[in-house]
Order: sequence, then C-alpha cells, then structure tokens
Amino acid sequence: MLEQQLVNGVMLGAVYVLVAVSFTLSWGLLNFLNFSIPGLFMLGGFGLWALMQEGLPRGWAMVGALVLAGAAAFMVERFTFRLQRSSQPVVPLVSSLGFLILFENLATARYGSDPRSIASPFGDANLRLGEVVFSLPHITSLAVALVLVACTHAALKRSRVGRGVRAIAEDPDTARILGVEIERLVPLVFVAGGLFTGLAGLGFALTYQQVSPFMGDQIALKGVSAMVIGGMGNLWGAVAGGLLIGILEVMATHFFGADYINVIVYGVLLFAVVLRPQGLFSSAAAAQEKL
Amino acid sequence: MGGYWEATLVLLSINVILAYSAFLPLSAGQLNLGVAGFMAIGAYVSAWFSNEYGVFAIGAALIGSAAAGLVAFALGFPVLRARAAYLAIATLALGEVVRGTAINLKFVGAAAGYPVASYLGLAVIGPMALIVVALVAYLYSTRFGLSVVAVEDDERVADLLGMNVRMIRVWAFGLGGALAGLGGALYAHHFSFIEGQSFTVLLSVYIVLYVILGGVQSVLGPLFGAAFFTLLPELFRMGKEWRYVLFAAAVILLMAWRPQGLLTANPIAHWLRRSNARA
Repeated sequence: MLEQQLVNGVMLGAVYVLVAVSFTLSWGLLNFLNFSIPGLFMLGGFGLWALMQEGLPRGWAMVGALVLAGAAAFMVERFTFRLQRSSQPVVPLVSSLGFLILFENLATARYGSDPRSIASPFGDANLRLGEVVFSLPHITSLAVALVLVACTHAALKRSRVGRGVRAIAEDPDTARILGVEIERLVPLVFVAGGLFTGLAGLGFALTYQQVSPFMGDQIALKGVSAMVIGGMGNLWGAVAGGLLIGILEVMATHFFGADYINVIVYGVLLFAVVLRPQGLFSSAAAAQEKL
Repeated sequence: MGGYWEATLVLLSINVILAYSAFLPLSAGQLNLGVAGFMAIGAYVSAWFSNEYGVFAIGAALIGSAAAGLVAFALGFPVLRARAAYLAIATLALGEVVRGTAINLKFVGAAAGYPVASYLGLAVIGPMALIVVALVAYLYSTRFGLSVVAVEDDERVADLLGMNVRMIRVWAFGLGGALAGLGGALYAHHFSFIEGQSFTVLLSVYIVLYVILGGVQSVLGPLFGAAFFTLLPELFRMGKEWRYVLFAAAVILLMAWRPQGLLTANPIAHWLRRSNARA
C-alpha cells in the first residue's frame, strides 16, 4: 500500500531531520564538518540505555542522555574548532573523528558492542486514519523535530545571537571585527547541535527500541546527505532533504527489497549532486566558499 | 621475522598505498570520501581475474588497479562538476553505491563474501608500497605536481596561466582511484577473502585522516600519517579494550598540538635551507 509506505518514509525521515539540522549548524554555518555527530547520536540513544542500566529511572535517564550529548559537543568544540579555526578546513575533521572513535570505544569498553533493546514507554500506540496507520512515537518525534527547526530558524533570523551566528557564517573575521563574540557564540551553536543530535538518538532509541555503540554511523551518513541535498546552511532544506531520503529509502525497500536500499538511495544522491552541484534547494551563490 | 611483525608491516604497506590514494585528490583540493569504493573495485576485479582466469597475483593486482583507475577517471568528469562539500558527498555516495553493488553481485559471492585463490605476502606488498611512495614523490617533483598544487592554491590563476584545470583535477582523481584499487587488490590477495561490508565510508574517512594527520602539504606526510595510524594502536595493545580509547585521546591531543599535521612543507624547506647555508 503506497500511502502507508509514504507515511513510513516520512516517519523514518524524521530521524534524519534533526541529524541533518545538526550538520547544517556545524558544516553549513560554521564550515566545520563535525565527524563526532554519529557519536553524539549514540550518546543520546545508547546513553539512555546505559543510564537506565546504571539504575536511573527512565525520565532522568532521558535527561541525562541529552546532557551527555550536549556536554560532549561542548568538549568537541574546545578541542577542535577553537584550536584549529585558523587552519585548513579539512584539519578539524581529524580530531572530530578522534572524538567519534573515543565515544564509540568508551561505550564499547564499558558495555560491549552488542545491540541492546529498550522497552518502549508508549507500548504500540497507533493512530488510524482510514487504512493508514500512524505510529504515535514517530509522530511525536517528527513534531518535536519540526518545532525545534522552526524555533532555531526564528532564532537565527530574529534574535541578536542568531544575527551573530549568521555573521560568523558569512565571514568569521569580519564578524569578529564588528564585535561578534565568536568565542561565546560558537560553543552555543555546538551545544545546540549536540542537543539536537542527542535528541534524534533518543527519539530513535524510543521508537525503534534498539541501540548499540555504533548506531549513529549509518544514520549520520544519511543525515549529512540530507543536509547536502537541502543545500548547505539551509535549515528547511535540511528538513526537506531528511524527509526525502526517508521516503526514498522506504520506497526502495518496497519496490526492490532491503538489499538495494543503499545502492538506490546513494545512487539518487550521486545523480542529484552531479546534476545540481549546488544542492537541490539552494542557489549557486549560496553554495560557494564552503569547505 | 615473526608473524606479528610481518602482519603489521603488510598492514602498514597497504595503508601507505591507500594514504597516497587519498593524497592525490586531496592535494588538488578534492576531499574524496569514496576511496573505499575504488578499493573495492580493485579488490573484486583482481580477485575475479586471479580466480577465473588464473592470472598470477601481481598481474591481477595491477589489472585491479587499472580497472579502479579507469572507473575513477571516467567518473571524474561528471563527479568533479560538484565542488568542495558537494564533491565530498558525491564521492561518499559513489563509495556506498559500489559497496551496495558488490553486496548484491551473485557471481562474486554477494553478501557471503568472495574467497581469493592466490596469495601475496610482505615480499611483494612491501616493495609495492615503496614503489608507490617513490612514484608519487617523483610525480610531485614534475610539472604535473606543480600544476596540482597550483590548482589547489587558486583555480582561477591556474586557469589564467594556461593550465587545463579540468584535466589536472580529473587526473589527480583518476590516479588516486588507481592507487586505491592497488591497495584493495593487495588487501584481497593478502587476506584471501573480501566482502562488500568491509569497504565502508568510515574506512574512506580513516584513509583521508592518515593524510591530514601526516600533513597535506608534504609528499611524505601521508607516509607519516599512515605509519602513525597503523603503529600507534599496536603500541596501545596492552590497553586491551581501552586500546582505541587511548588511541583516540592521542589523536585528539596531537591535532590540538599540531593542527597543520605532523609534517609540513615549511620545516623541511627550512631544514634544507639551513643545511645548505652551512655547507
């Protein structure tokens, strides 16, 4: 049934949306490809399981996992972006990947690399609309994602902090001369990105009920692809890209089978990038001078 | 020489070759996150030729390398239309398409993997790595190397000076693909078994990191980076399950200390000048 597949695709895309937004904040705005994002996603999802394992009640474990992801993102800023802002753009990649290795192996060393299951707090609550089934946890995460993106977008457009961040995105040196406090704003952007990614991981853990130390790897690849499809630095583009990839993935499974998901999703992505090298939802001018 | 050291040196040699496969495009300003895909092409094609046609192992490895190089060269024209971040994503997607295809190809074992009949040891792989280092070092002392650096520094100026920017970019990409294919072919013939699942984006990222850690500005940077990335985890072996935690911490601290990579162009030039002045 095609309508149901479409709905499932949008639900899957909701997972990618927040990760894509997180990549938009780091790569799109700050010109920093943050490879630690899969690790932050894992801290949100696997962190929830680990904290519950350590005896925290679910609610506090959820808060704890988010705090963990935010704090980790803050650490990443301290050791990568701050120290290496003046070097070539590919350089901070190395240390941010160092953090990915660090987070994943810390989790593995303490809890082993096996996938773990988490009981859903929602049971299997569903909403039916005619023939089409909507799963409530999925709808909740999609709604949370959209509200967060709307808030971030408004903050970037209207608030003083947002103007500062956009100025940094335009040109860090000029922004500094004009009195934007880069040292205070950039950690804020990192922590926001960390919280979004952590929340995405948390949402994934609660809806798909399975976590592992390496749960972020594949999802972050789809997230970064979504960001690029949407046009770098474009928040709503990242949302559209995330949903598009989710739908594509479900449709590929529906028509060709699960073995062909990656060939089709990345094949379409490759084709899209080659045909429109500046991203699907972005003008050529906006795509210049990134990385 | 003990088996442990031989295994480590083989790994080191393959990693050095792979590091140069990422260095060639990177030195032309292209972040290639699809190195593992070209590695897979080299690995599968070479394995196919030695299994099905009984081609001797070194010949098969060279065929695999040529195949990966040709694919990279041909794909370079459309793919290099994308720039910077978009190029990185295009190559990432390319790598995943290759990996996904390999997993579905029945005649090379699909997801179950593909055994390789013939074997190559350190006696071949080690010298191959040395030859690759020497060839790339030579290449970067020629006009081609200069052009690549010029294109990376400023494409418009390079264009104004009459260089064929597009061909230089495609050649850097294609030669990088050929080296990745060689690395993949040697890997296949040493470990005697390949499966699509091994050639992930994360592997590509690691390979790019050898180069950045070693330093992009110097031809010897990738050699240092690959050696560092291969040998350091061995040093931390006594850390048991904390081994990669220690390794990651070392990488983070090292990049905090030397963001420009271990080896830069300047210290070497500086050192050469000093020793010349003394002479």
